[in-house]
Amino acid sequence: MKILVGLGTCGIAAGSEAIYRSLAAKAGNGGPRFELGKTGCLGMCYIEPLVEVVDDSGAAWQYGGVTEDKLDRILEEHVAGGRPVDEWLVWSDDGRGTEGAYLARQNRIVLRNCGRIDPEVLEEYLAVGGYEALRKVLQDKDPDALINLVVESGLRGRGGAGFLTGMKWRFTRLATGEHKYIICNADEGDPGAFMDRSVLESDPHSVLEGMAVAGYAIGADHGYIYARAEYPKAIERLNIAIAQAEARGFLGDRILGSDFSFHIRLKEGAGAFVCGEETALIGSIEGHRGMPRVRPPFPATKGLWGCPTSINNVETFANVPWIIANGAAAFNCLGTANSKGTKVFAMAGKVRRGGLVEVPMGISIREIVFEICGGIANDRKFKAVQMGGPSGGCIPAELYDTVIDYESINKTGAIMGSGGLVVMDETTCMVDIARFFLDFTQRESCGKCTFCRVGTKRMLEILTRICEGEGRDGDIELLEHLAHLVKNNSLCGLGQTAPNPVLTTLKYFRSEYEAHITNKKCPAHHCQKLLSYTITEACTGCTVCGRVCPTGAITGDKKQVHHLDQSKCIQCDECYKSCKFHAIVRS
Amino acid sequence: MSDHKRIDFRTLQYAGQEGRLIPLLQQAQAQDGYIARERLQEISEQTGAPIAQIYGVATFYAQFRFQPVGKHILRVCHGTACHVAGAKAISEALESHFGIHDGETTPDREYTLETVSCLGCCSLAPVIMIDGATYGNLSPTDIKKVIKQHRQAGEEVVKK
Ligand SMILES: Cc1cc2nc3c(=O)[nH]c(=O)nc-3n(C[C@H](O)[C@H](O)[C@H](O)COP(=O)(O)O)c2cc1C
Ligand code: FES
Repeated sequence: MKILVGLGTCGIAAGSEAIYRSLAAKAGNGGPRFELGKTGCLGMCYIEPLVEVVDDSGAAWQYGGVTEDKLDRILEEHVAGGRPVDEWLVWSDDGRGTEGAYLARQNRIVLRNCGRIDPEVLEEYLAVGGYEALRKVLQDKDPDALINLVVESGLRGRGGAGFLTGMKWRFTRLATGEHKYIICNADEGDPGAFMDRSVLESDPHSVLEGMAVAGYAIGADHGYIYARAEYPKAIERLNIAIAQAEARGFLGDRILGSDFSFHIRLKEGAGAFVCGEETALIGSIEGHRGMPRVRPPFPATKGLWGCPTSINNVETFANVPWIIANGAAAFNCLGTANSKGTKVFAMAGKVRRGGLVEVPMGISIREIVFEICGGIANDRKFKAVQMGGPSGGCIPAELYDTVIDYESINKTGAIMGSGGLVVMDETTCMVDIARFFLDFTQRESCGKCTFCRVGTKRMLEILTRICEGEGRDGDIELLEHLAHLVKNNSLCGLGQTAPNPVLTTLKYFRSEYEAHITNKKCPAHHCQKLLSYTITEACTGCTVCGRVCPTGAITGDKKQVHHLDQSKCIQCDECYKSCKFHAIVRS
Repeated sequence: MSDHKRIDFRTLQYAGQEGRLIPLLQQAQAQDGYIARERLQEISEQTGAPIAQIYGVATFYAQFRFQPVGKHILRVCHGTACHVAGAKAISEALESHFGIHDGETTPDREYTLETVSCLGCCSLAPVIMIDGATYGNLSPTDIKKVIKQHRQAGEEVVKK
């Protein structure tokens, strides 16, 4: 028997390290015998910590929401007694557990190894066919055929813009330069997305392999990974993986005895969203302020240190070894006419099952949110999904039959983006969401283009005053005017797309803006300045609200109707949420 | 063995001198917790880049601080998922718990409060991170408990 503990960042945050230590102590303590192992993230972040029991035939049972005091029973009944503890099972190979539907509807290509192998052990990657794609490519010795295969697969860049990966490689191959470079964009700046982090933490070798294959295709001898500094675990595991691959000859000089040499170096970002943009990223690696420059020339002809460079996203690279192993047809039979393969989404917000899901293109938003992720948490009403982060937009509930496909999503005004999907319910205020994103883009604008630097700031001011009940007639029109100016007069994607969250919320939720401006009301009861809390006679004096209040605004004796001091109230909503007697009203 | 295989990019002419700047700044900050004035001077001497240029690069990136920080860095996530889940109330609870604002350090120099956009644990929103450890699914009322836990864990390490 083998026991595996999920040690991704989510798992660790939920306490899986303590579980691992506790199991390690028990393993040597005379109890039932088992081998202890680690894995990365399976994507079921909502039910971490996850512990998997694998028997000698390879059949697996996964336990979710495991705590230290559940371990003894699992060890005794399952590991020693061979009787799985049904009530804590989330899924199993023999069809038990409550969460089978979450995995069954997915189609795992990028996440094929995530949560299945130990990311820090190269042998485990090799055992599932790792580095075979690289070996094959080096044996075939035909970079043009390799590029044709990737073009034929229909793989489009997963970093947001959706450019055909094979075409990008072809342009870089055809360009001339003393050196050529591969860059892996692991900056994952969209605040609300974590696909790339999870892949890097759970299956770093697949990204390295994808990069080496790309390097061979374009004729590069060096690759860089530009990773966010906020992802310490991913950086740690990438460093381990690079050292392992070098030691075993999968990276470095004369790889696998061929005449192809490829070195990978990790660069830590320094906290600037705009550095996710490819020309800014290149500037940052070169040691400058990360400011985008005019394209063309595109990086494919003039990139890092002025040399031809292909820059691709983490998820794009993770697809590559699979495509080589399984063929273009296995990939392009999935999806729609123009969007092939699968897409990984990071599900967060007011959804019941938040985590990573990988689905074939062409599936609808409704299927993802309701059928896979179990719908809206706390049985509230579904309002919208936000796709594409600060460059994207909010797709309203009415359009939830929109399918996942670059062009269909664009039609709604949002974008596919890198895969962050934040679900919103009736308590989320759309004006506030627009304000939130403008606050972000305004801060992250590098300041090069006037419209992006000043325009986003003016838009933020207008949105802020609307949220604070100071909105004026004509503000909506002014916002629209500014939005078009910023969109049309910015150099890079940051400015060109920054108005999208405003434009989509205006398109689908205009009445919410009007309610804020005209009636000074926030229909979602979110905007603080437009809210007030009062305690009614229904109060039983249970004292719960007084105890949860972080500012001490609520006072009152036991069994007496409590009093709320408006001057101290920060509208944090804690009392409202804690009251079992509906004695607190918001208006 | 793997040592001689790893290329030192600094010796490669095409890599240019400037490529070192950000890693050097990161190294300086890792050592001191912030970018001290003297460090800028040192980096300038090592790389030959003028201080103004180095300062220009350093101030562009959110990661670099120019003030000393507390023993522990407490990051509050204000990414999309955390925002929707009430990050603002978490920040307010932290600010009132410590009596300091975003970016400031407690008088005992134990904690520095920082706001970040997304720690990559969005499904556990709202999330905070103290040094390398992530705490998720928080409510404002959990703050006291989390800080107490963290202080105790620190004391245990010291005792050991
Ligand atoms: C403001 C801005 C931020 C971006 N952030 C990212 C990012 O975090 N990760 C990413 O892969 N691409 C990001 N991109 C897209 C990149 O510029 C580039 O298109 C992408 O890395 C190309 O890889 P792909 O072809 O595999 O998608 C960003 C673009 C812009 C304009
Ligand atoms: S939004 Fe807070 S961790 Fe991603």
